[in-house]
Amino acid sequence: MSDDAVSPEEVRHVADLARVDLDDDEVDRFAGQFADILEYFETLDEVPEVDREADLANVMRPDEEHDSLDSEAALRNAPETEDGYFKGPNVS
Amino acid sequence: MSEDIFITEERIEGADDGPLAGKTVAVKDNISTEGVRTTCGSKMLEEYVPPYDATVVARLKEAGATIVGKANMDEFGMGTTTETSYFGETDNPAAPGHVPGGSSGGSAAAVAAGEADLALGSDTGGSVRCPAAFCGVVGIKPTYGLVSRYGLVAYGNSLEQIGPFGETVEDAAALLDVIAGSDERDATTHDAGDDANYADAATGDVDGLQIGIPTELLEGADEGVVETFWDAIDELEDKGASYHEVSLPSVEHAVEAYYVIAMSEASSNLARFDGVRYGHSGGYDGNWNETFAKAREEGFGDEVKRRILLGTYALSAGYHDKYYKKAQDARAWVKQDFDEALSEADVLASPTMPVPPFELGESLDDPLKLYLADANTVPVNLADLPAISVPAGETDGLPVGLQLVGPAFGEERLIRAASALA
Repeated sequence: MSDDAVSPEEVRHVADLARVDLDDDEVDRFAGQFADILEYFETLDEVPEVDREADLANVMRPDEEHDSLDSEAALRNAPETEDGYFKGPNVS
Repeated sequence: MSEDIFITEERIEGADDGPLAGKTVAVKDNISTEGVRTTCGSKMLEEYVPPYDATVVARLKEAGATIVGKANMDEFGMGTTTETSYFGETDNPAAPGHVPGGSSGGSAAAVAAGEADLALGSDTGGSVRCPAAFCGVVGIKPTYGLVSRYGLVAYGNSLEQIGPFGETVEDAAALLDVIAGSDERDATTHDAGDDANYADAATGDVDGLQIGIPTELLEGADEGVVETFWDAIDELEDKGASYHEVSLPSVEHAVEAYYVIAMSEASSNLARFDGVRYGHSGGYDGNWNETFAKAREEGFGDEVKRRILLGTYALSAGYHDKYYKKAQDARAWVKQDFDEALSEADVLASPTMPVPPFELGESLDDPLKLYLADANTVPVNLADLPAISVPAGETDGLPVGLQLVGPAFGEERLIRAASALA
């Protein structure tokens, strides 16, 4: 474990940003593991700045109408639907 | 089946005729199959049934192949052992009691056990080559853009490619012939594979082949693995190849660069799983953020949560330049190193994995230790290059793979060289 330990509060904050609930055991376990992993990531400091070539070109297709999934197929995996729409939780 | 190779066993018949008529294929369970559930090894997608086929699946069917099942895998491709699957571990048919490697462990095990003639996996940081090495079969990670990713459930989309497994190089190459080529549904595909004939390249002719051996990829590797590797190089020398050592200083930073980039991309790609349009739903009432967070807590396993959180951290305000930007610098550096080394060698060779297969359950508790086992495979994904893992022999009865890396769209060269060994 590094001296620069990751606090349980930081783990909870990141989990909140990522919309993942964690129980207390998970928070403690991740805090320890993240300290090790982030310490290892620190070695990226030794990487020099590198010129990145950007000789890539976008590939565009003509903007033409074509068939896509019908709504019945698109809704088939949804836990809840209503009147041909996905139904989600309250936005509040 | 004792090895738990498949998550779903279901036959999908292809066309009557075609280059793969009469061949059976196992398909990794993160590749969409219309009407057959595609779980990604996750509780999140336990009941998800895709309404369309991935491009590679459509091409398999057109080629006359019979799909025999959806193969087990580390959850969302995140692992090196196939043990992070929600559906349980897969035993290694070539080394019982050991992991089959990952994340495409079920695919490699299906070929090793004779449950399928061929298999498809996906390789984000070694997920085709590692299980190929651990199960004693052949696996190819194509050049980025050679094979369509349409219908592949994304994990690290700037890194991953779908790739074939076979018992021989020629078999794997014949499957690559079917899946390679441009696809209007994946704007990153290239036309290099449109008229290729990879199977015909499997001549085993290595006369005059110049092999570069990156010294950094042998350092720290298991002694038995290194010995087996050199035996295979000797065999290639006997057939007319020669080798010289090369140095790739950038690869010392490849593992951390790979994990920062892959986790960052994962945190974004997996944001779509909220239990509304598909996937596990908490079914809770109330605020949508809280509802999503509960569904994701229940639907994702430990390794997936770990990577989503670390990726979110690496991209968050104040840390982006420190981690993500430096990782992109490292990625460019790795590319330059490979280009330079490949200007003086036809192919680069190393052990595929620095270690023989772990025992089942041996390494789950230490994520960092597992990440480090990817040292020889991840640089190839960072550089967008093609690579092949071919059986090199055994150490203490455990399979060892030899990895060959070639220039972009140099699959034929890799197939020709590797076919001298299997």
